Amino acid sequence: MAKRPAPEVNAGSMADIAFLLLIFFLVTTTIETDSGITRKLPPIDPEEQDPPPLKEKNIFIVLVSAGGDLFVEDELMEFEDLRDAAVTFLDNGGGTGDEACTYCQGPGDPESSDNPVKAVISLQNDRRTEYGTYIAVQNELVAAYNELRNREANRLYGADFTEMEAAFNDPNYQDDKEELKERIKKIQEMFPQKLSEAEPKR
Amino acid sequence: MSKFKKKGDGGTPAVSTASLPDIVFMLLFFFMVVTVMRDSSLKVQNILPFADQVEKLDKKNLIMYIYAGKPSPRYQATYGTEARIQLNDKYAKISDIQQFIKEERLSKRDELRDKLTTALKVDKATNMGLVSDIKQELRKAEALKINYTTKVGDATLNLQ
Repeated sequence: MAKRPAPEVNAGSMADIAFLLLIFFLVTTTIETDSGITRKLPPIDPEEQDPPPLKEKNIFIVLVSAGGDLFVEDELMEFEDLRDAAVTFLDNGGGTGDEACTYCQGPGDPESSDNPVKAVISLQNDRRTEYGTYIAVQNELVAAYNELRNREANRLYGADFTEMEAAFNDPNYQDDKEELKERIKKIQEMFPQKLSEAEPKR
Repeated sequence: MSKFKKKGDGGTPAVSTASLPDIVFMLLFFFMVVTVMRDSSLKVQNILPFADQVEKLDKKNLIMYIYAGKPSPRYQATYGTEARIQLNDKYAKISDIQQFIKEERLSKRDELRDKLTTALKVDKATNMGLVSDIKQELRKAEALKINYTTKVGDATLNLQ
């Protein structure tokens, strides 16, 4: 019996098969990372406790009505003005003595907030408010905080706060992370994000 | 005549495509590694609102997704147009959220459980009532880190 040499397998179609797989994975997968506004919910306290006493002037009430209208401290406001109003409120620094704010650049109106550390923004909404509107308002308030934090970060460390945070979250960051953490903490203490989201009214 | 034949013999050989599969496989593995499989198909309309003060959410495996919105057009005949919640692949009730969070937590390693974030992918036309209910359930389940997933853009686009 003469032995026939085994015929070589044609590998020419291998590329086609691989391309097919490649295209399948390209279609079924996603690369883009999600991004959004990160917030922390308040924990539910086991027993009802009285909320800590807050002075009326340290609370900045933002109400988004069912129709999407914006009421700031009971007055109708245009959406475009919200950021500036929030910045003015937070940065007011009207306190004296122990409550004085050394880094505020606001008007120091005694009728408005004493100190950014004490200032609370209360965001209220109706159950029929549209989510998009709510996010837009939320976004503006976070922007107000970021604006002030950036200002202080630039003054103290010569860098934007948002950039510092991004660098901190970047796993490839080379320099001293502890130092960066300290700096971020310092700025966060100067302008703590006290944004209370009340449960909506019926 | 013979002049031309000779030239043909000594001409450049065809480029070998034998390594093409290897190259393509390399690409394939690259994409398999850097991407994440879409794990659930959407049953709700999901037009996200815009915001520009956003933070990126890395670490896909540490995110729990909660979708909410009106049912997609092809489900509207069965489920109506009232906004609904979707967990994994199914429509869910508000009361299912706590169980869902519990299951997600159990599926992760111990040291990672605190780092779980809940991403709320909510359609921008949804009423806040539903969102507040979700938030309330998340507070009960002690999943306090949340992220309102948005598209990056000017927030005033939401108001139109």
